[in-house]
Amino acid sequence: MTLLNHKHATIETAIASIPDGASIMVGGFGSPGTPFALLDELLAQGQKHLTLIKNDANEPDIGIGRLIRAGRVDRLITSHIGLNRIAIEEMNQGRLAVEMHPQGLLAEKIRCAGAGHYGFLTDIGLGTEIAEGRREIECDGRTWAIEPAIRADVALVHADLADAYGNLVYRGTAINFNPLMAMAADRVIAQAFRVEAPGYLTPERIHTPCAFISQIVRVDEATSEQGRRAHAV
Amino acid sequence: MPSDQERILARAAREVVPGQIVNLGIGLPTLLFHYLPPEMEVLVHSENGVLGCQPLVAGSEPDLEMIDSGGAYIGTRPGASVFDSALSFAMIRRSRVDVTFMGAFEVDQQGNLANWKIPGKFFPGIGGAMELAQKVETLVVLCSHNDKHGNSKILRQCRLPLTAPHCVSRIITEKAVMQVTAAGLEVLDIAEGLDVAALREATEAELIIDEHRLGRF
Repeated sequence: MTLLNHKHATIETAIASIPDGASIMVGGFGSPGTPFALLDELLAQGQKHLTLIKNDANEPDIGIGRLIRAGRVDRLITSHIGLNRIAIEEMNQGRLAVEMHPQGLLAEKIRCAGAGHYGFLTDIGLGTEIAEGRREIECDGRTWAIEPAIRADVALVHADLADAYGNLVYRGTAINFNPLMAMAADRVIAQAFRVEAPGYLTPERIHTPCAFISQIVRVDEATSEQGRRAHAV
Repeated sequence: MPSDQERILARAAREVVPGQIVNLGIGLPTLLFHYLPPEMEVLVHSENGVLGCQPLVAGSEPDLEMIDSGGAYIGTRPGASVFDSALSFAMIRRSRVDVTFMGAFEVDQQGNLANWKIPGKFFPGIGGAMELAQKVETLVVLCSHNDKHGNSKILRQCRLPLTAPHCVSRIITEKAVMQVTAAGLEVLDIAEGLDVAALREATEAELIIDEHRLGRF
């Protein structure tokens, strides 16, 4: 893990640490909370054969939609890709392997890895098609499905506000998967619209403590390339 | 004459009790927002991580970081909160959401629901439907009574992959309000101007109808 006083990084060096074939968690539910600047840098640097873990596939021309379109993603672990017709087409043509989970199970599998566990027991999906192929276990007189945790090599997260140690504050519905993913990957790169000196954020205001964050990149809220994105729907 | 959609939504609004926590599924149920009086103390949950959302005031500038799970820009009402996705589904799995309204491809007289996958035709993913259907105490289905070819969507037995078994409490279509009971599907209300024979004709499921107690809507 990076030392506290060495986390503030340029976007180029932060993303350059990601190798081909990496598994990468990407925050965001639709546009809010998606780390667009980090993803655009990943597109520019050319890493390929990626496994992405994201709630959705964004839309065709933004976020991970651009990486999928450029053929850089081999596998996507997700919940719903209905806003990205290209991702659906790539899945149907067999060019993109897609693993779908109920949204709350996806979140919990990530939260579980982030808490240092390897899986949990659930009754979600019993009696439905998703139960097929899951391992089951008897416990307290009932049958449960085993849901393995999901970890990743890297997480790319978006925060509204950070300090230079990597303490993070999220905003609005841009929270979504970000705090979960910030705990579940070996290396966590956070982008934030503002990066202040340590001490600026009062302790109780912090959502994700800096211990989980490897690198912090300031992005420019005011530009269309790095700032908030409108949703097409 | 109200449109079919208006008839369904106006009737559905009567299901909401002040003080409840309510989830509105994508599609038709989202429009129920506009049928709940603004002063009514109800918190609308959206599974992307907000409790207490409300429609944006017309003409106001949207906050690009405030959306509901359908992707619409939203505002919040007093008492609202925002939280992460794991917490949002903890709220669902712990049955802290009182009622959820969902669309359906098919629903049957046992209360089984299919609304996420048409094999070979439609499979964008699962989203939050499965957990909402399985864990929210009261699930009200809002859908058209028949598909565009006229086939009944209210079946004896669902044929599509289930979202969850035995999860539906009530079904509201433009033709009827039906309650899932241990004895079968009981018709509570029938649409104005529709007779019982026409309702049975339009429905594959067996219907329990007591004409003396039948309401109109």
